[in-house]
Amino acid sequence: MNFINTNLPYLLAGISVGGQYALIAIGYTMVYGILRLINFAHGDVFMAAGLIMIYAVTVMPLYVAIPLTLAATVLIGFLIERAAYKPLRTAPRMSVMISAIGVSYLLQNLALYVTGGLSKMYPTIPWISDTVTIGTATTKMVTLITPVLTLILVIALVAFIQKTKIGMAMRAVSKDFETSQLMGIKINSVISATFIIGSFLAAVGSLLYFTNYAAVIPTSGAMPGLKAFVAAVFGGIGSIPGAVIGAFIIGICENIIKGVGLTTFSDAFTFVLLIIILVFKPTGLFGEKANEKV
Amino acid sequence: MSSLLEIRDLKVNYGGIEALKGISFNVKEGEIVTLIGANGAGKSTTLRSIMSVVTPSAGSICYNGEDITHMPTDEIVKRGIVLVPEGRRVFPNLTVLENLRIGAYLRTDKEGIEADIKHVYSLFPRLEERSWQQAGTLSGGEQQMLAVGRALMAKPRLIMMDEPSLGLAPLVVKDIFSIIRRINQEGTTVLLIEQNANAALKIANRGYVMQTGNVTMTGTGLELLNDQSVREAYLGKK
Repeated sequence: MNFINTNLPYLLAGISVGGQYALIAIGYTMVYGILRLINFAHGDVFMAAGLIMIYAVTVMPLYVAIPLTLAATVLIGFLIERAAYKPLRTAPRMSVMISAIGVSYLLQNLALYVTGGLSKMYPTIPWISDTVTIGTATTKMVTLITPVLTLILVIALVAFIQKTKIGMAMRAVSKDFETSQLMGIKINSVISATFIIGSFLAAVGSLLYFTNYAAVIPTSGAMPGLKAFVAAVFGGIGSIPGAVIGAFIIGICENIIKGVGLTTFSDAFTFVLLIIILVFKPTGLFGEKANEKV
Repeated sequence: MSSLLEIRDLKVNYGGIEALKGISFNVKEGEIVTLIGANGAGKSTTLRSIMSVVTPSAGSICYNGEDITHMPTDEIVKRGIVLVPEGRRVFPNLTVLENLRIGAYLRTDKEGIEADIKHVYSLFPRLEERSWQQAGTLSGGEQQMLAVGRALMAKPRLIMMDEPSLGLAPLVVKDIFSIIRRINQEGTTVLLIEQNANAALKIANRGYVMQTGNVTMTGTGLELLNDQSVREAYLGKK
């Protein structure tokens, strides 16, 4: 009982941060499922969502700023694909990967230019920033909201992919570009839809994530992005349930490690995990076998 | 009678190699036309360029009086041309029913789609039994039937088939050919590529012989079946 009491705050934080990683990880895994591309710019899109929110609240009320942030992030994701990946559709995969790395640095540098290198205070969103006490743990409302919201969004996404026509097209395109085209599917629209969904979820993730942190800097997206990527690999890249489960496991483990006093090693854990998976089970938890390779 | 499909001087380059060196042929409404020839003659390339999956470097493709040479694939499908690709290429991660539905991707007439699913199931009762199975679990013959059924779901006016009998058991091959004939009798024009030149020429109204990117001979199915050079080169007979 005592163990639980002392660790409850860490467990809660872990579930919460796991949900936030999950929202980012879905973007990695979906894009990989369709394009076989690791979109290195995804973490920076997440950071951009944070900055957009910061600038938006200075000039407009919150209830406008939040939808605007979501919409602007989606637009950024869409434009990145059109400008940096679409022209390379028939190029070797390595070229697209390098383009993705380029976009990542471009976004970081743009952020540096816009912020002037100063860290920007993230606004307090009422209600989700409120403090709540559960048992021995005192935490912010966002800790409780994140896992619930994440699950709702994931269920909605899976239903979308399984039940709708465009979802069916996504599953088809993820297996076979040319045959999908022969069915009359517009490949580029399906790819755009994938980036739109991924960016939207990353934007939601950023609202939740940055509420726990004081500030956003141009490299704020790097670490959560990297961890979400590890989560996607851990779960089996290409698999949505895999990415979500991987993200929760990483989020929880990371925080439990902090709880037992090894805070210094909590980041290292994630990357050791990456190495272990790549060595012993490169397809991850749900790789290959998972059918919804979107 | 004017042609439903008219190919003129079609040329296709693949990385410096001329896969098609300027071929011309036509398909009239209601016909079964077959392209025969050895591997690498350019038969698949011809069908893929009609679908705009590969881009021709010269020449024109006219369908129903309209130039479709550089039209995007979805516009071509919308106009009523479908391709049953070589190697079946069903979507293994989709169910049999979903594979049929995706064949009707551009259609919006819900009742028509449901009726056509029933029609495909009546042509291929095996598919109905496996409606909820993932297509990847089907046998080769069942996958071929699904690939044909999926193409029919687009309500095509011209159906093109690339080696539909390849790698199938002789009994299944017989089924496939009788289905092709039936599809044709129901009013769909057929353009067929076959390794099995004998069977293809038997059901075809006309045929074209292709050789390394050129059309070298043409005639009715019967003429080609009885032609000495065709018999020696493609039918394995003297």
